[in-house]
Amino acid sequence: MAQGKQFCTFFLEGHFFGVPVQEVQEVIRYQEMTEVPLAPEIVRGLINLRGQIVMAIDLRRRLGMAERPPAQVPMNIVVRTADGALSLLVDQIGEVIEVEEDSFEQPPENLRGMAREAIHGVHKLPNRLLLVLDTERAVSVPDPIGAAEERKL
Amino acid sequence: MPVNDGDIVKDFLVESHENLDRLDRDLIELEKNPEDSDALAGVFRTIHTIKGTCGFLAFDKLEKVAHVGENLLTRLRDGHLKLNPEITTALLGMVDAVRQMLGSIESVGKEGERDDTALIATLTRLQQVPEGRPQLAHPTSAEPEAEAAALPTSIGEILMDRAGVSQASILRAVEKQKEGDPRHLGEILVEQKTANPSDVVDALRIQQSLRTQKGVVDSTIRVDVGLLDKVMNLVGELVLARNQVLRFGHGMKDASFQAASQQLNLITTELQEGVMKTRMQPIGNIWGQFPRTVRDVALSCGKQVVIEMVGKETELDKTIIEAIKDPLTHLVRNSVDHGIELPEDRGKAGKDPTGRLTLRAFHEGGQVHIEISDDGAGLNCEKILQKAVHKSLVSAEQAARLTEREVINLIFLPGFSTAERVTNVSGRGVGMDVVRTNIEKIGGTVDVQSKVGAGTSVHMRIPLTLAIIPALIVRGGKDRYAIPQVSLLELVRLEGEQARTRIELVHGAPVHRLRGRLLPLVYLGRELRPEKEERSRAAVDSVINIVVLQADQHQFGLVVDEIKDTEEIVVKPLGKQLKGVSAFAGATIMGDGRVALILDALGLAQRANIINEKQHRAVAQERVRAAEDPAGNRQTLLLFQVGKDGRMAIPLSLVARLEVFAQSAVENAGQRQVVQYRGQIMPLIRISAAAEMPPGAATGRTGPTTAALPPLQVVVYAGQGHSVGLVVERILDIVEEDVVIERVAERAGILGSAVVQQRVTDLLDVEGVVRAAHPSFFTKAAAG
Repeated sequence: MAQGKQFCTFFLEGHFFGVPVQEVQEVIRYQEMTEVPLAPEIVRGLINLRGQIVMAIDLRRRLGMAERPPAQVPMNIVVRTADGALSLLVDQIGEVIEVEEDSFEQPPENLRGMAREAIHGVHKLPNRLLLVLDTERAVSVPDPIGAAEERKL
Repeated sequence: MPVNDGDIVKDFLVESHENLDRLDRDLIELEKNPEDSDALAGVFRTIHTIKGTCGFLAFDKLEKVAHVGENLLTRLRDGHLKLNPEITTALLGMVDAVRQMLGSIESVGKEGERDDTALIATLTRLQQVPEGRPQLAHPTSAEPEAEAAALPTSIGEILMDRAGVSQASILRAVEKQKEGDPRHLGEILVEQKTANPSDVVDALRIQQSLRTQKGVVDSTIRVDVGLLDKVMNLVGELVLARNQVLRFGHGMKDASFQAASQQLNLITTELQEGVMKTRMQPIGNIWGQFPRTVRDVALSCGKQVVIEMVGKETELDKTIIEAIKDPLTHLVRNSVDHGIELPEDRGKAGKDPTGRLTLRAFHEGGQVHIEISDDGAGLNCEKILQKAVHKSLVSAEQAARLTEREVINLIFLPGFSTAERVTNVSGRGVGMDVVRTNIEKIGGTVDVQSKVGAGTSVHMRIPLTLAIIPALIVRGGKDRYAIPQVSLLELVRLEGEQARTRIELVHGAPVHRLRGRLLPLVYLGRELRPEKEERSRAAVDSVINIVVLQADQHQFGLVVDEIKDTEEIVVKPLGKQLKGVSAFAGATIMGDGRVALILDALGLAQRANIINEKQHRAVAQERVRAAEDPAGNRQTLLLFQVGKDGRMAIPLSLVARLEVFAQSAVENAGQRQVVQYRGQIMPLIRISAAAEMPPGAATGRTGPTTAALPPLQVVVYAGQGHSVGLVVERILDIVEEDVVIERVAERAGILGSAVVQQRVTDLLDVEGVVRAAHPSFFTKAAAG
């Protein structure tokens, strides 16, 4: 039997996503946050996580999906990245599941747009597909705001 | 072949770098006191250690250089040679060569392709004892070379080395001890008359100092800075958790829980202080290299300079130490290169041919002050002006009107100095703009004072740590923002009528006249949330709060919705996703646990196009404006209304504070009205009565009950330790104007009248009024 891999799963607009468990620091409920004016739109705000300031990235916006209905409160998945902890705002948290290495496949050719660079690949599960997020890419700003500011000046 | 054992090499490098730094210092020290055998021994030991390790790690070239250096030092130590500047230079050259090779080992793992034959030849040549030169009177050559590296620590060995006590007599004494003699070795030796009591005392002292040296080495360890940072962060989290526990504790009645949470509180505070201390380093760590710098620069330009350092032990956060290292080095070099004159010029001016450079550091008011002063020629204002005019930084016309201080400040302008000037102009200004920018980047300030012929002094004020800074908390929209105190100049509040009229538009750009100058305004809300602009513009506020900020050379007013309090905030950096947002310098966690953004004055100014033109042009304009005030004639005046329609002014310099008191706070003491103010009883003087004018609504005493009256506007006038409150109807404004008293008044309490803001305004004779009301005030103040 092939080596299994564990994923922390979550839902975005009904799609089933996962990030490798070893990248996840913790999962927390929705926190009040401070908005950052002028920030790239994927940055929803700053959270005080036990004295640490953690930036919340809205994955719906990052993946070019529709805005979350206002009544729906997102959850935070705090992940460890090269630049410290960051929070991913998702619709709903799933279970931690173990998948087999050989069910993995590269993202299909017809996957386009902003999702393309943030999705590492797909695990074919018996009854659904698990989209594997590339955390580092997913938390990066697609179009650096710096350039936008330069143009303005 | 270099051994590729990474850890050993790394240890070797770290140790050697420290040793080399010490070597620099010791050599300079030695040059001053060539007879100082301790310093010489120290230098020798260091080189010996480096040489030994090089041999072990098979760095042949390095070993060869260190070896000739060591030989030369042996000759010096044995008294065959006397240290002279040539030898010092050669030895310093050796230190540099070793340092370069170490650098190359660090980066590429090899010693590099240096050719040191010339250096080796020089070092070898210098070993020859010059003909006819007598040897040093008291050679201390008793120790063989190998033993010098491992210093003796037993009292017997020290006595053998230093006092020439024979080994045999010491062995005899040791035998006696073994036989059961309870006395110390020294005592036995003295009794046997084989050693002088004074020698024994000296030897004990030496032994003591050797032991303490060793003690220091043993009591410190190297810690990775990354680890320290992590511990610091964890302590930050602990502090927050502690705060929550304490908050919980308030609602609990359980005594043992209370005790435990108190304990937690105390320990956390101490832990926090302790961890902060681990990041503190004495400024001496970077000053250590300056004697060498000064020596090299002085030698290369033929000057004689001694350096004095006061307050080496003053501590600063590690990151700040690193940030000020280059600016400091720059200033020190500048002082020697341009500040201090050549020995002959100094002689002519009646000064000691040896120039003096003084570095001073001390803590004051939560900041670290660093002064670099020299007793050189001082800044030549004329030359600075010529240069500034030549560079079109100021026009000749403006130049004529600048004060001395403003002229000196010209050296901080970018573009004032260029590379060509370094060599052909005496007078400073080599990259002073860079110095200032770097110091301001870490929230510090630089100030230059100079007196022609007497010297120049650069004064820096630097925050103790970057991690915690005082900041003003303001509100813009629904969000709170922190503004670092360093960029804050003043706060202006416009109310009611003023709020509507005192903000004017210059082709759509909002400005405020602040003491006669146009202050460009930036609306925080609109700047940060342009999409909500319409709404905020529609709401005409009855109160406008302007925070006057300094960004680079520019001042601008930031209009905020509310001014809250000042707070000490812990600065946290923003993630890379927000690097492009220049309006923010970081974020912080407020007392209630919410995150607030820290505003960056410079970034905001850039966003709002406050800083957009060529900088020097703007600065030049600034200078013109400054120059338009011929010193002395302009005064800053406080304008206020007295009685129904009287306009009066007093110089702002006489005003201690402006206060508001409720009518009910006024008490009667005998015939006088007084209020309690800052723990003192402050008499009140009603200006309308004193100046014989009809009282207005607030100052009159005709109302049925005091409660119905509006509060009193009081101008506090203070003489040494005593205050008097001048009751006025309303504070109007603070203006900066030429004061020309147009007619001498015949009314009591009035000095005269002047036209201020195109209206006739009486100038209040404050002293006269106070003296008339309280004849004892001035005598009391003078006595107190």
